[in-house]
Amino acid sequence: MIKLQHVRKVFADANFTALGDVSLDISDNEFVTVVGPSGCGKTTVMNILAGLDFPTGGQALVDGETISGPGPDRGVIFQQYALFPWLTVRKNVEFGLRTAGVPRAERRRTAEHFIDLVGLSDFADALPRTLSGGMKQRCAIARAYAVNPSILLMDEPFGAVDALTRVRLQEQLLRTWSQEKRTVVFITHDVDEAVFLANRVVVMAARPGRIVEVVDVDLPYPRTEEMRLSPAFTALRNRVWSAVYHQETVA
Amino acid sequence: MTVVQADAEVATASAPAPGRRRGVPKAVLNLISVGLGIAIWWGFSLAGHDIPAPPEVLSRGRELVADGTLLDDVLASLGRVLAGFVLGVALAVPVGFLMGWYGMVRGLIEPWVQFFRTIPPLAIIPLAVVLLGIGETPKIFVIFLASFLACVIATFQGVVGVDKTLINAARVLGARDGTIFARVVVPASTPFILVGMRVGLGSSWATLVAAELIAAQQGLGYRMQSAQLYYDLPTIFVGLISIGVLGLLMDRILLFAERRLTHWQERR
Repeated sequence: MIKLQHVRKVFADANFTALGDVSLDISDNEFVTVVGPSGCGKTTVMNILAGLDFPTGGQALVDGETISGPGPDRGVIFQQYALFPWLTVRKNVEFGLRTAGVPRAERRRTAEHFIDLVGLSDFADALPRTLSGGMKQRCAIARAYAVNPSILLMDEPFGAVDALTRVRLQEQLLRTWSQEKRTVVFITHDVDEAVFLANRVVVMAARPGRIVEVVDVDLPYPRTEEMRLSPAFTALRNRVWSAVYHQETVA
Repeated sequence: MTVVQADAEVATASAPAPGRRRGVPKAVLNLISVGLGIAIWWGFSLAGHDIPAPPEVLSRGRELVADGTLLDDVLASLGRVLAGFVLGVALAVPVGFLMGWYGMVRGLIEPWVQFFRTIPPLAIIPLAVVLLGIGETPKIFVIFLASFLACVIATFQGVVGVDKTLINAARVLGARDGTIFARVVVPASTPFILVGMRVGLGSSWATLVAAELIAAQQGLGYRMQSAQLYYDLPTIFVGLISIGVLGLLMDRILLFAERRLTHWQERR
């Protein structure tokens, strides 16, 4: 359970308020997408949840405890993949397990499972430079899953791949998520993606970064292609779209 | 960074590309080029410039090999270069890491590195002779300094340039500072260190001959200098060619190591 209570973030040296007053509760195994224009502070929210940055006001809690730094309970997937280029897919996935001191045989078994889950079995011993963007991101997802976090934080993970690959990755992510339920906070600037994936879409606005609307997506899982083309989806999409693109400039 | 990329391009260019226009193989071109160079050299010598002809140099080379002089000189020079170079790299790598990792160390050491970098190692020789005498120590010291300065900058820049996202990725996977250092910073900066080593090796060789000015009894540099006194041009040529060939060989060995250790790099 994630709880943001009146979180503020001011970058003092730049005299810039990244987050005004952000409050949000996310319950376990929820899939929440955060969408908003650039500069709305969505990445700041994510860094605070990851423990890579800290709020200057308010509180960020996971399971009732203040976030004090990065931890294996929260897996992070970065837009730029951030795979270790000198390690094979398998070794990348095993990285967090090795850090945690998991014995070799078990490490290998766990890695195998998640590599299989994201469909990279044939590339387990390949180096990242030989993989396509979509494959790299799947490897990053397997790596995050391997340490068994209860929360997955994803920062525009599909931002750097082409439109078709993006749709495939979305479907695959939902498949993976339905097999291995986790709390997911997924940041994106793509409205379609936000609606397609989420239980709940959080719409943010800039100057200062704040939440302007939370839209419940009451479409059932598994989400299908037909659903993507359905009137219900379109209605939700339009609602999120206007919340994102017709924001008042002043709060 | 530019050094790495330039090198990578050279690497791809030298690989036989199947799709490329068919022509004379590269090795043949190289051989033609070498032959042509020797022909021009011969030409100059025939034209009456005071240059010894290739056969003359070759027979002098044979003599020097036969009486063991060349081998002794090569071993003496190689010993100095390797001793200075290994010491330089062995110190440069940890210092470069510390400078890149701890801002305080960087602040303390960087002014000195930058300062000594502006002094050609050769200019240190007079000081080294006065302080360290005329034995092996000042020679090795000067070579050490040359390779240290080249390698420390490269290592430091490699560490500073490690992608912040990779460090964050390791942190969110539960890695602490020690682990991040050993398993992210070290491998990520290896390409830079290897480039630094190659540059360092180059400057070690460059410093060798001058370092052997200091009352050496043996060595390729010493041999060339004593030959100079007797107008013995063939010996000077043998010395020059030996230094070139040895330097090239050592560079190839490092290049090979670099390929093996950094084959994971995305080459553009």
